[in-house]
Amino acid sequence: MSPYQPQDPLVNVPASSQEVIQMTSATAERPVRISAPEAVLEPSAARPEPIVELDDVNVYYGQYHAVRHTSMQIQKNRITAMIGPSGCGKSSILRAINRMNDLIPGARVTGSITYRGQDVYARDVDPIEVRRRIGMVFQKPNPFPKSIYDNVAYGPRINGMRVADMDDLVEEALVGAALWDEVKDKLKSSALALSGGQQQRLCIARTIAVRPDVILMDEPCSALDPIATGKIEELMRNLAQTYTIVIVTHNMQQAARVSDYTAFFTAEVDADGERYGRLVEFAETQQIFTDPADPRTADYISGRFG
Amino acid sequence: MSTPVLADDPSTGSEVAAMLTRRRRRGGELLFRTALQLCLLIAFASLVALLAWVLIKGWPRLDARLWQNMPTGLISRLDTAGVQSALTGTLWVISLTAAICLPIGILSAIYLEEYADNTRWYNRVLELNIQNLAGVPSIIFGILGLGIVARAFGFGFSVKTAAIVLSLLVLPVVIIATREAIRAVPQSIRQASYALGATKWQTVSRQVLPAAVPGIATGAILALSRAIGEAAPLLVLGAVTFITFNPTSLDDRYSTLPIQIYTFIGRPQEEYTQLAAAAIVLLLGIVLVMNSIAIVLRNRFERRR
Amino acid sequence: MTTSTDRIGGPAAGGTLRRGRRRPVEALVKGLLVLAALVSVATTVGIVVALVNPTVGFFGEVGIVEFLTGTKWTPTFAQRSYGVLPLVVATLMVTVIALSLAVPLGLGSAIYLSEYAAPRSRRVLKPILELLAGVPTVVYGFVALFALNPLLRQIWPGEQQPAFQNLLVAGIAMGIMIVPTVASVAEDAMSAVPRGLREAAYALASSRMQVSVRVVVPAAMSGIVAAIVLGISRAIGETMIVTIAGGLVSDSIVWNPIEGAATMTAFIASISSGDIPVGSLDYNSVFAVGSLLFLITFALNALSIRLVRRFREVYE
Repeated sequence: MSPYQPQDPLVNVPASSQEVIQMTSATAERPVRISAPEAVLEPSAARPEPIVELDDVNVYYGQYHAVRHTSMQIQKNRITAMIGPSGCGKSSILRAINRMNDLIPGARVTGSITYRGQDVYARDVDPIEVRRRIGMVFQKPNPFPKSIYDNVAYGPRINGMRVADMDDLVEEALVGAALWDEVKDKLKSSALALSGGQQQRLCIARTIAVRPDVILMDEPCSALDPIATGKIEELMRNLAQTYTIVIVTHNMQQAARVSDYTAFFTAEVDADGERYGRLVEFAETQQIFTDPADPRTADYISGRFG
Repeated sequence: MSTPVLADDPSTGSEVAAMLTRRRRRGGELLFRTALQLCLLIAFASLVALLAWVLIKGWPRLDARLWQNMPTGLISRLDTAGVQSALTGTLWVISLTAAICLPIGILSAIYLEEYADNTRWYNRVLELNIQNLAGVPSIIFGILGLGIVARAFGFGFSVKTAAIVLSLLVLPVVIIATREAIRAVPQSIRQASYALGATKWQTVSRQVLPAAVPGIATGAILALSRAIGEAAPLLVLGAVTFITFNPTSLDDRYSTLPIQIYTFIGRPQEEYTQLAAAAIVLLLGIVLVMNSIAIVLRNRFERRR
Repeated sequence: MTTSTDRIGGPAAGGTLRRGRRRPVEALVKGLLVLAALVSVATTVGIVVALVNPTVGFFGEVGIVEFLTGTKWTPTFAQRSYGVLPLVVATLMVTVIALSLAVPLGLGSAIYLSEYAAPRSRRVLKPILELLAGVPTVVYGFVALFALNPLLRQIWPGEQQPAFQNLLVAGIAMGIMIVPTVASVAEDAMSAVPRGLREAAYALASSRMQVSVRVVVPAAMSGIVAAIVLGISRAIGETMIVTIAGGLVSDSIVWNPIEGAATMTAFIASISSGDIPVGSLDYNSVFAVGSLLFLITFALNALSIRLVRRFREVYE
């Protein structure tokens, strides 16, 4: 059985990843799977391939039509950022993708959201299976009040993943989240004793321990200081080689630094005076930030509002 | 070797569909949920059944005779028996209890929340003491009453003694509820008052207490409803003798509703059992109405916050 | 000292900053408050004093060892014996029976209300539960004796029938009584678990059962432990149910729950509601047993406080 490997070619494996490969190769007896695959490096004329597609998606909370007519494609092994002022539906859309909205009573999604071609909201689809493959990291780090080890091991354990050596899996995950060095001597200590940035990386480690396909991040750095933010941004770039990343962020510069594609959302008021959110423009980040098509995007980017 | 679930890179739509619709461990989920529902159901059903049974049992005797007539020890007069002495006794005892425990409890709570420096050991001991008293069995309070209030103070087996004992018993309830109500008042109100040059007592009496009134009322009602239903300490205080008169002073002997019920239970005749059931319905009516008011009060108070 | 508070609009230039007229009132008020708070201290002191004298008198005649290890309580027999073990064992048995009913039902209900029930149902069911926690215990005693026991005897298989008063039926009634308390406190603890933890667990593809059992319950453990210890405390200290329906036999240790036996509280209640001459050995024995009961509940309470504190540290 071949280990899971992304099909797209790699782009300049950054130096930090090289180190990671060496370190984990030394400790593991089998090829590293989490941080960098063994694929051959090829020029980045990327063949982008959509892995999640949203088509005319609307989100309702009870009667309130909160987000309207959103369509976009999330490309595999790329980082897609969703930016825009507060209250314009970014988080709602994000949570709709992995059906976290199901947990809110009265929340409803229309339109289609497909993961690898399969409608995520189809009648017999199990949301738990969806969340296995589409994970989520939250704004406020939320480690369980357990040890670091148990936090990372939680996902595999409850998903019945038969793991011959849980220790190795935990190590892999922590390495992949760039946290291993800092915690390897205190795996049994409480996760709550870590700093904010470390806790967030722990949450990332926890997420990748179940080996998802897509990782959704809802403003993952907004509760962190600039240095911790920088570490996580670097981590994101590494993770994108193995996973697909969608990130909601308030921080435009972060989107510009980190993402390959950007979606710009805004809030509008409809004929009845009700406020709702919608997607305005979606394009490669390069494009959005240098030559946006829509004037509202241009206004936001240049700081004229929001 | 660990087996990643995504080991086979899914490329066909049907494979993905198969993975997403695969429902594992469905059976265990349903079983768990059903078991939990069963727990709730059994808990509620048994309590409701209990109350319903008492109602049915006491139904024939649920009429004006209960409060119009006195209890009797004579079987021939059972037909006209009632629990008037117990009702008036309860009224006397609880009124005095309220007069004693409410002021003391509220003032204690004010001290602990607003005045006490809780880094001092004696204040911490005070708090611990109240916590401990909340868990002491009620019958021990009866012993306290017997040894000290009835004998040493010389109050005997009177309404006074009963009221003092019950006050001490429910004091922790009043204190704890009042403390929570006081704690819930926002600091900003106090600070505004101090900033205007008010003293601590002025702030407490004019700002904090009025704001805490709903919470304090809740605590008071719960405490008194608890006191109304207590029988154990009064057993020790000799309240079990048959009382067929209404108290007219604080030194009089007395009976209360729970005690009267206990007395009826001790008699073998079916009529006494029915009377007991009817008296229980009366007692439950009083207690449940009081508790409902307290709970509604607290919920409304919490929602407004 | 001029009172500058009389002038509106101008600076308070006339008065001094010295503590003025309001001070004595403040001191008086504080004194009054302290006095009120000392009542609770006086209560504990009173309990100890009330217990100590007769207890000491009791142990003047009966040795402590015989008291604590004796297996018969037979004050009226020719060979008088004052061993408290029958009472203690009966108390423990009733407590165990009551809790084996109350803890599963209470925790199960709490988990359901906190994790599964729709918010609307929870808003209705929880207050009803709290309401039912206020039913006086004499009611449970009545139901145990006149409804539960006959029922029990009807369905009981085998030769030996449950006695007219027995520990089993008292334990069952007590269990039902404790359920609302355990459920309410445990549910409060679980509701207090931050939403973020549940979200994290769901995002890791947990099912609702996994979230409840593996995340919420462990996180709420301090409150759940407090709920259980509260239940134990109530069971041990309960008087009316066991006096009415548990039995008053104390001459030997009873191990069979379908027989009647006196618990510590039932003993105190029955003896002290009768006629006993003050200062006699029997009179003093009530206080001796009372002292034991007081010590046990005191220790339980101390344990509960420490346990709650320890679990809370781990969580925060």
